[in-house]
Amino acid sequence: MSQLSTTPKPRRNVELALLVLALAVGIGANMMVGVDKEKAFDSDFWFQSSLLAVAALVFHAVLRFRAKYADPVILPLVVALNGLGLAMIHRLDAPGDDTGNNQLRWTLIAMAVAIAVIWFLKDHRILRRFTFISLAASALLLILPLVPGISAGEILGARVWIRLGPMTFQPGEVAKITLAIFFAGYLSSNRDLILLAGRKIGPLQFPRFKDMGPMITAWLVSIGVLIFQRDLGSSVLFFGLFIVMIYVATSRISWVVIGVALILGGGFVASNVFSHVQLRIDGWLNAFTPEVYDRSPGGSGQIVQGLFGMANGGLVGTGLGQGRPDLVPFANSDMIIASLGEELGLIGLFAVVLMYLLFFTRGFRAALGTRDAFGKLLACGLSFAVALQCFVVIGGVTRLIPLTGLTTPFLAAGGSSLLANWIIVGLLLLISHTARAPVNTTPLPPAKDPAKAPNATGIDTPTEAVKHL
Amino acid sequence: MNQAIRHSWVAAVALFALIFGAISYVQVVGADELKANPWNQRAILQNYCSDRGAIIVGGTPVAESVETGSETCKFQRTYPQGELYAGITGYFSQNFGATGLERAMGEVLTGDSDQLFLDRVGQLFLGNQPKGASVELTIDPEIQQLAYSLIPDGQRGSIVVTNPKTGAILAMASKPSYDPNTVATQDPTAESNSINELLKVPGINLNQNVSGPTGELLAPGSVYKLVDTAAALASGKYNADSVLPNPAEMPFDGISYKLPNYAGGNCYTRDTASFAFALQQSCNTPFASIALDLGRDAIANQAQKFGFGEDVGDQLKLGYARGNGFPDDLDAPGLAQSAIGQKDVRATPLQVNMMTSAIANDGVQMRPNLIKTLRSPDLRVINEPQPEQLRTSTTPEISNQITDWMVSAVSEGIANRAAVPGVQVAGKTGTAELGNGTNNSWFTGFAPANNPQVSVTIVMEGVDIYTGAQLTSPNAKKIFEAVLNK
Repeated sequence: MSQLSTTPKPRRNVELALLVLALAVGIGANMMVGVDKEKAFDSDFWFQSSLLAVAALVFHAVLRFRAKYADPVILPLVVALNGLGLAMIHRLDAPGDDTGNNQLRWTLIAMAVAIAVIWFLKDHRILRRFTFISLAASALLLILPLVPGISAGEILGARVWIRLGPMTFQPGEVAKITLAIFFAGYLSSNRDLILLAGRKIGPLQFPRFKDMGPMITAWLVSIGVLIFQRDLGSSVLFFGLFIVMIYVATSRISWVVIGVALILGGGFVASNVFSHVQLRIDGWLNAFTPEVYDRSPGGSGQIVQGLFGMANGGLVGTGLGQGRPDLVPFANSDMIIASLGEELGLIGLFAVVLMYLLFFTRGFRAALGTRDAFGKLLACGLSFAVALQCFVVIGGVTRLIPLTGLTTPFLAAGGSSLLANWIIVGLLLLISHTARAPVNTTPLPPAKDPAKAPNATGIDTPTEAVKHL
Repeated sequence: MNQAIRHSWVAAVALFALIFGAISYVQVVGADELKANPWNQRAILQNYCSDRGAIIVGGTPVAESVETGSETCKFQRTYPQGELYAGITGYFSQNFGATGLERAMGEVLTGDSDQLFLDRVGQLFLGNQPKGASVELTIDPEIQQLAYSLIPDGQRGSIVVTNPKTGAILAMASKPSYDPNTVATQDPTAESNSINELLKVPGINLNQNVSGPTGELLAPGSVYKLVDTAAALASGKYNADSVLPNPAEMPFDGISYKLPNYAGGNCYTRDTASFAFALQQSCNTPFASIALDLGRDAIANQAQKFGFGEDVGDQLKLGYARGNGFPDDLDAPGLAQSAIGQKDVRATPLQVNMMTSAIANDGVQMRPNLIKTLRSPDLRVINEPQPEQLRTSTTPEISNQITDWMVSAVSEGIANRAAVPGVQVAGKTGTAELGNGTNNSWFTGFAPANNPQVSVTIVMEGVDIYTGAQLTSPNAKKIFEAVLNK
């Protein structure tokens, strides 16, 4: 492979240009949804548009200061998606509803947190010090919704919400980040051990049983989420995240085989034992049977109505504000993909999905580019998590797979999802910054408490030559 | 490690490939099936709850979409004078489709018509909510109201009033009628209840093709003698001075059946008759003998030229019945009976009116036209049908001759109650026996005879001779007066 230009370029101006384009998409969409209604150019529109633009430009400015080699495509992609989501949520607001402004509030909070991550963290490798704290945090976050007093109880069949004053929050969204940090930290430290020991069966080298600890942990977490929180989507997401990370850490297909076997085994048992899983699967396979359609809870009415909406949109869509996505339950959250499909058509929805594809591709690119195993694992895990989440949600809406309660990143109404995904954006930007910046040979400042750091010097040895980049 | 990252990326892209496939399936490949699903309310709501254009008569909507104030279904179709116009507007229902002009003009009313293409492009850029075009009818609201009121409640009957020179339909009323509002309701239970109720009422057929002035095929009776007369004059074998046999009964070889003359008038006073007398008194045997003389094909040919069994052109928009024209394979008694509009001869009130109008208009039949203008949402006229000749039914000479005889049928004959003081009225009555003691009682005619402005056809179904006489010619007089005094 030939070496191309070796002088790194910040490419912040490219980002600025793309950002203007992204804002045009989001704000233009917000304008279109109300243009023939009373809410055309109402105070909400000006408020939302100007704040979104200001926040995006502030984010851009922060990158110029703190991470000037960060990937220039990631931020515009996310701003465009977030803007489209805002427009659709604003469009679906019945008179008196305030979901649009609430979504904007959360967007601003989430962007502020992502900025804080970039500003204060400076280098993602510091997170490696928090490997086991992350595990503890994950466990805490996943248990919170089950704790009486904090739990918001069972909402729509799942116990994934906690109550924070007047608001509800879904800690599982943040748990996918802390779990990714834990897996990245643990696997980057122990991958050699896991790699070397093991028994070969046929072409596959299987790990020693004691090295399967983390996998068993991950499996138990997933099954626990499925049983206690009744959240099939998160369960699949956590386990998928783990499998990819252990595969990347070891390059062993055997882990994937074991993982898929565990998933299938767990899924088979779950589908036979737990009624909520059965209902999901039945609602998927027999969506068009009258008794399944009308069943409550767990009926297929929502997904079938979503399909009708998308069919109505066809190739070019009804146009923003012209369709009837309001006929679909949860049109602005779980089913926002169907709403976009109806009004933007196949072409518009393909564009949205392509934006996700570009986004996670840039994430994988950062994983390839960064030189430390922890960063590679973290970037790869987070990117794959976003991709898998999109697949589970969109696949569910299009009846490719059973519908689960996962949120559509950046688009769906919901604060916790926005917060978590913007943090992922912040982390990927940081990782991409280190990936693209001129090689920095200065060691990290030593941790205040060296005992907590998995590696006393804090320096990561390069895992592989950069020639593959 | 990087190789594994690339593989993971490939796996993620593979998942996305599945998504692209699934979206394509839902939105394009399987979309038609999903749209046709009975649970899919979108098409209905999109149409049913949209701001459809109005159907307008004399500047007033007779079908319009009014705002409901509800978010789920923003507009409700309403029919301010439901029963009066039900036969024309039809209904626009949520679950039972649409009938009448609501159906025929659906694309225009929803704004999907090709004629509105430029408006749609404008809407695309301005983001306006699509709004349908409105349809303005040729109907005169006063004449329509009068015609409707002239049919007694409980009586089955139809009245068609047209301008013979343009084909414009001024009134088209029939009873029994119904209120389309009960079918257009948003309440699905009320909707299906009222459909079920309507289906039980004899005479209400919600299918326009088989009911009302345009759809119901009735035995025309003696008004069909105008066909025989035109055929006779066109053959060259007869002229104004011909003397026709007028026996009280016409015998046929080999059977005991005899065709009797009309009992009501003065036919019995003469053994032979002129055309004028035969038409004035509506004698049967002179026309039966013409038919037997000329043969089946001559009568059938003339019937076809008057439009029986033929299309009516494309400006009527309503569904209509063509009928089969003059019957085939007739024996002598059959031909004789058919010639006087009995046996298997059937025609719609509109067809009888078109025949009358052709005679009024120097033998030229105009396309019946119900549509005055189509207007875009900004009231711009996007289409204004012009009067068009449909076919030539007969020569001006023959039509003038028949007009003279029809005038004498009103001035001196059995249609005299249609006479309007100071105006020459041309008319012909008919009484078709239904075989159960009742008759279809007809009047068809036009006025003024020398410069026809209006052509009126009335039929009352299943009445005795006395009632029929009361409900046809005197009512025609009222309509002539109403139109001519405008």
